[in-house]
Amino acid sequence: MAAEFASAQPIYLQLVQRLCGQIVRGAYSPGERLPSIRDMAIEVGVNPNTVQRVYSELERITVAETRRGQGTFVTSDQGRLRRLREELMVSHVTAFLHDMREMGFTAEEVLQCWNELRALSLPEE
Amino acid sequence: MAEPIVSFQNVSKRYQVREAVHHLTFELPAGKVIGFIGPNGSGKTTTLKLMTGLLHPSGGQVLFQNERVRRTMAEHIAYLADDGAVYGFFTVQQMLTYYAGIYRDFNAAKAAEMLAFMRLEASQGVRTLSKGNLGRLKIVLAVSRQAPLIVMDEPLAGLDPLVRESVLKGLISFVDLDRQTVVLSTHEVSEVEPLLDMAILLDRGEVRAMDSTDHIRETLGEDVVQWMKRALT
Repeated sequence: MAAEFASAQPIYLQLVQRLCGQIVRGAYSPGERLPSIRDMAIEVGVNPNTVQRVYSELERITVAETRRGQGTFVTSDQGRLRRLREELMVSHVTAFLHDMREMGFTAEEVLQCWNELRALSLPEE
Repeated sequence: MAEPIVSFQNVSKRYQVREAVHHLTFELPAGKVIGFIGPNGSGKTTTLKLMTGLLHPSGGQVLFQNERVRRTMAEHIAYLADDGAVYGFFTVQQMLTYYAGIYRDFNAAKAAEMLAFMRLEASQGVRTLSKGNLGRLKIVLAVSRQAPLIVMDEPLAGLDPLVRESVLKGLISFVDLDRQTVVLSTHEVSEVEPLLDMAILLDRGEVRAMDSTDHIRETLGEDVVQWMKRALT
């Protein structure tokens, strides 16, 4: 199947996060129609009920909207998409910091490493 | 929960000398994909045969759409046994025609579409099919029926990983969960989990645990394989 899933989290939530990531990086444009439930189910290898749940969740967090008989569309609200981008950054950085703390690194160490790496290798945009 | 499509009420089945399943009680919601998992000899096949009316319970009762299950209900239940059900002397097309003759709910257009999807050759003799293509043909036969309940015993058994993937994709593509419920038994738990709404773990003829797969991950933080292993120890 196309997708691998981590073990600890419901599959539908992992798909919600994956789709949010794809929307933020522009794989789906604002206002674009998402694949039909069946096509998405086949693409990621889950059952259609799960995709239904994914689309409902995207709708609940106002990242997508379902139009009767037409399908589910990425929101065209640019403000919402900017907020989504922020939310994703905060949640990923939070998870990263949590992992580092778990391994016993201090914030200073992390920051120092970050600055060194950035000076060395990360190309500036 | 909406009206269950299948309901087991304190069901036991005794063969000559041993009891294969005891006091099974559960309800299966309509429109879901439900997986029976568990070690060899845990009673999966017996449970599925009781569900389809191929076996008669020694105690308790099995209800399908609120009616006691009888053998004649095969008309409303598409059953894919892990053995048999296909004839070597037919071609693939003759096998489909034969099914269309037996089952009024057989959808020939869907079957033709599925054949193409599975890349099966209609003119090929069933006897000459590879094991993988035989597995694909069986899925076509079961899923092409518009039956409200599709029951499959180990649909992936003996198939290599690529074939398993195409069989699962065929299932996802062609089953209609607005009208159909799928029940299957499997040993390939981690591969099948993304398809399941609900898992029922059988062990030594009893229901050891049952839950929705989302709930297992959400509340216990484990996948179905971990959940199964923990319940069996």
